[in-house]
Amino acid sequence: MPRQRSARSAALGVTVRRIPTTPLSQRSAGALRRRLVVGGLVVLALVLITLSFRANEGGSLSGVQSAGATVLRPFAVATDRIAQPFRDAYDWTESLFHARSDAARLRRENSKLRQIAIQNQFAIQENRTFKRLLHYVEGKSFPRDYTGVAAAVTGRPSGAFAQAIVIDAGSGRGIRVNDAVVSSDGSLVGLVTRLTSGWARVQLLTDQEAAVSAVDVRTRATGIVRHAHGTRETLVLDRVRKQDVIHEGDSIVTAGWRTNGLSSVYPKGIPIGEVTSVGQSDTDFFQQVQVDPYVDFGALDAVLVLVPKTRTVSP
Amino acid sequence: MTTAVGLRAGALVFVAALLQVVVVSSTFVFGGTPDLLLLVVVCVGLLRGSIAGAVLGFAGGLVVDFLALDTLGITSLVLTLAGFWAGRYGETTGRGRTGAPVLAVGVITVLAAVFGLVLHYMLGEPVVAHQALVTALIPALVLNVLLAYPLFWLVRKIVGERLALEPTAEVEFVV
Repeated sequence: MPRQRSARSAALGVTVRRIPTTPLSQRSAGALRRRLVVGGLVVLALVLITLSFRANEGGSLSGVQSAGATVLRPFAVATDRIAQPFRDAYDWTESLFHARSDAARLRRENSKLRQIAIQNQFAIQENRTFKRLLHYVEGKSFPRDYTGVAAAVTGRPSGAFAQAIVIDAGSGRGIRVNDAVVSSDGSLVGLVTRLTSGWARVQLLTDQEAAVSAVDVRTRATGIVRHAHGTRETLVLDRVRKQDVIHEGDSIVTAGWRTNGLSSVYPKGIPIGEVTSVGQSDTDFFQQVQVDPYVDFGALDAVLVLVPKTRTVSP
Repeated sequence: MTTAVGLRAGALVFVAALLQVVVVSSTFVFGGTPDLLLLVVVCVGLLRGSIAGAVLGFAGGLVVDFLALDTLGITSLVLTLAGFWAGRYGETTGRGRTGAPVLAVGVITVLAAVFGLVLHYMLGEPVVAHQALVTALIPALVLNVLLAYPLFWLVRKIVGERLALEPTAEVEFVV
């Protein structure tokens, strides 16, 4: 860059590069235009945030968002199709690093699960007999009372503020806000929080706002599964009383409570994860239980939305 | 900015927004994800000025908010300011400096995370500062900085560099 005129500053004793003179009106007009554009855009963004934040489900802005999403949907699908081979290649390469340890772990797990499956067969038979004898009446349970609506994951919000996915099924396929979402192997993924006719946004279990009442399958200890602060995919089973027994390796499933006409949005019995550590201190009221989720939230490409076979209409 | 350059820049930001939502946000590298759209907006701002940066940041953010069914305007607001700031830096002190893309990307990544955190907090959403500013931000910052030069080069190839530059509004001390 050519150096501008220089002058020796008497006060500082250094060389000062002077600003070249340009017409004041031209400079101020440019600055004014710049301020008007950015100011206008900031105001427009704030108006959109306010309207979007205050809008009800099915309101006018929801319609605008639905229309916008529908217009952009073919582009997103095309991008997904183009990117899929590259994503597969990345996943395949990454899996090579863990293949040996994964195989050893899966062999151990397989042998353990074979034993559990045999024990479960006996337990199921006993359970059926007892229910028949007691004329036991139970609430909705998974998967008997639900239809799974399959949907592909089409996107994620960027940034660390929301743990969510967007799926390509919406109210047009019978999905409603607060429907539970599971992975292809039936483990809990999250909850539908926003909806258009063709799309739905699913809040993942790893979101700061997510909380699920859960129970230890073996000991019946209850608590609330939440995201562990400061981690990406670890969960904690909170509010577990100190006298309750809970061990590493225990399976945690949704509790699906029902009381005074109110019920949990999650059906009971959906697998959530496995206990990886249990700790307690003298000062805490509750145990500190860490849970490793069964779902790999970073690798979700398809999910099932659990739509009740008979939907109860809220008053 | 001519119409052809404007269209090329618009298409670039649109593709970056699509890739961000569909591919990049679910591709975790070292526990984090780069912010491709932010990078492109910063590069466009540096190369084409503050107005182009702000307008394309707003448009790109709106595409992300539509596709992710997010609160409309949040990403737009963050990216408008990011594009504007990058543009002003490119028009003034960052002009012609080799390290400008890396410095702008690094600083704006951190500022965008802090501003996003404040914005979500103000909207009453539960946010954990440690998660947003440490766990997610550090890998994202490293990835963004690593991608800064290659993307700057690519964006310059596509949208070119603004020729008519306004005079530097600075005083430089040469010792």
